[in-house]
Amino acid sequence: MAAASVLVLVEHAAGEPDELSLQALALARGYAAAVDGTLAAVLIGAAGRDAAAVLAAHGVTSAFVARHDALDDPDGFAPDAWAASLIELIERLAPAAVLAAGSDRGNEILARVGARLDQPMAANCVEAAPAQAGAHLTRIRWGGSLLEEATLDGTPVLLTVAPHAVAAQTLEGTPQTLPEESFTPDLAAEDQRVAVVERVAARTGGVSLSDATVVVSGGRGVGSTEGFAAIEELAALLGGAVGCSRAVTMAGWRPHSDQVGQTGTKIAPELYIPCGISGATQHMAGCKGAKRLLAINPDAEAPILASADYAVIGDLHTVVPAINAAIRKARET
Amino acid sequence: MNVLVAVKRVPITGGRIVLRDDEQAIDTKHLGFTISPHEECAAEEAVRLIEAHGGATTVLTLGPREAEEQLRDALALGIDDAIHLVTDGEEWDPQATASAIVAAIASAREAGTEYDLILFGNESADAGNFQVALRVARALGLPCVTGVKGISLEGDAVRCEQEVASGRDVYRLTLPAVIGVKEGLNLPRYPSVPGRLRAKRKPLAASAPSRPQPRLARLRLKLPPQAGKQVQILGDGPDAAPAVVEILGELGLL
Ligand SMILES: Cc1cc2nc3c(=O)[nH]c(=O)nc-3n(C[C@H](O)[C@H](O)[C@H](O)COP(=O)(O)OP(=O)(O)OC[C@H]3O[C@@H](n4cnc5c(N)ncnc54)[C@H](O)[C@@H]3O)c2cc1C
Ligand SMILES: Nc1ncnc2c1ncn2[C@@H]1O[C@H](COP(=O)(O)O)[C@@H](O)[C@H]1O
Repeated sequence: MAAASVLVLVEHAAGEPDELSLQALALARGYAAAVDGTLAAVLIGAAGRDAAAVLAAHGVTSAFVARHDALDDPDGFAPDAWAASLIELIERLAPAAVLAAGSDRGNEILARVGARLDQPMAANCVEAAPAQAGAHLTRIRWGGSLLEEATLDGTPVLLTVAPHAVAAQTLEGTPQTLPEESFTPDLAAEDQRVAVVERVAARTGGVSLSDATVVVSGGRGVGSTEGFAAIEELAALLGGAVGCSRAVTMAGWRPHSDQVGQTGTKIAPELYIPCGISGATQHMAGCKGAKRLLAINPDAEAPILASADYAVIGDLHTVVPAINAAIRKARET
Repeated sequence: MNVLVAVKRVPITGGRIVLRDDEQAIDTKHLGFTISPHEECAAEEAVRLIEAHGGATTVLTLGPREAEEQLRDALALGIDDAIHLVTDGEEWDPQATASAIVAAIASAREAGTEYDLILFGNESADAGNFQVALRVARALGLPCVTGVKGISLEGDAVRCEQEVASGRDVYRLTLPAVIGVKEGLNLPRYPSVPGRLRAKRKPLAASAPSRPQPRLARLRLKLPPQAGKQVQILGDGPDAAPAVVEILGELGLL
């Protein structure tokens, strides 16, 4: 198979490539075009074969599937084994750049590759182009509240692509069949030292914060654990989930699993209703994916209003119960 | 056991980030400073481990003179010692940061302190490079897990719970080990007044390494394009409820 100029780690589950990896491919395709080269994908584990099939439509011209006992079990993630597999392919293909999604796993694997090769790695890029020695790129800082233009001086260029910064693209017309090759990387015992030994399933039941269509959050303005009763009621009436700000988790009013923000959960609901939240950049970093935002706050100057579509100026302790009552009334008639 | 925690001083940016005219940094004239919540949890975890199992804790930062404030905050929480790698204020790239931390760990070893556990934040609050912990671990030949929200000691091993979409993945690392943690690992305590007073007087071990040429080099910072939203005020107080219900109806949420 011809050497590739850009190699992308494509994460996959249930025989499908991950959406964030398809976004990484879109950025990688532009990079490959700029170096006048081809685009290759690497998928880890036997199940990668099924996911590889659709990648031709995303501009991939060759796919490599890494197969090994340490890689094939989807429940047995061994990150160093992933990194070693990538490095074996990098040594063979000598790509100009290696990309992955800016997912937890993508960032982790490329960091491990960077550490092993002693090459720089730029996480969460929104743009990248080849430059004289390495790349010229733009990446996010502060969870997306700030952008940084930088140069990366490394071979190969190692970078991850920020989630939802670039849209996945499919090519027009019927894609060619994708040449695909399985390979078995030569893994050392040390590469299998760090591995998942057990999986604990998430508690089910209730609407999850990250998938909810409506999220109603409370901030310091709620004042207490009990103050969340009306907020919980509003979330329940709208089939949504309850969130909160860090001021609330620090006060012990809600668990950290409810926290929206840079160091909490990222949400993308149709409607986000922050009540008693000022709109600090670190909170906003978690709700950039919300389609609409309705703020409830007595302070018409609060920063949250600059990001809001709608606002009610007032005390959440009287406004939220009034909204709950009005919803019930509207549903009765 | 000995536990080391690495923390980074960052500004508390509030509702809106303002850049310096030279676009090289955030304008911090009117801002306070802190560390990432992930790193606060790392410091709290270190203190809890030592309370339960005995030993000593050390906090380390690479940052300007003023970062002494963040070291003293960690001491106030109950950390025993502090190492300050003093910079001129210029940010170091992640490779250089990791090398400086590795060198400091080597010096500690020469002085007789071996760390059994080295804790990092999963990512720094400002730069978010997602890599310093993994680079340090690699250089020291130690196992490393990131994204960790649960830590427990099991003999000479540490059980780490990593948060993933489907729940939690569990790893068991033999000590010594490196762990990158996330907020939610614990609820950090509020430092006591005596703790604060004690922290004020503690000596810090300071040195000034020289900054290598960055291989990930900042050209400039810029603010992301604003959505340019125009807020529609639905009303004041409870009287706004019918207007809210109308919007909910328009959005198909009733
Ligand atoms: C590195 C870093 C990471 C962080 N990560 C996160 C994160 O993930 N998530 C997060 O949320 N924060 C995070 N923070 C903290 C963040 O900077 C803010 O401190 C926090 O979001 C403030 O919470 P708040 O808006 O509830 O409180 P405040 O900023 O105190 O705002 C309270 C608001 O409530 C309003 N209010 C008061 N009384 C009422 C009332 N009766 N009815 C209605 N409104 C009322 C006030 O007008 C005000 O606007 C982080 C900070 C740092 C430095
Ligand atoms: N300047 C620094 N001083 C001390 N620790 C740091 C520094 N920069 C990063 N770290 C540590 O490395 C972690 C990951 O940082 P990063 O790779 O920049 O996302 C942080 O949460 C800190 O624990």
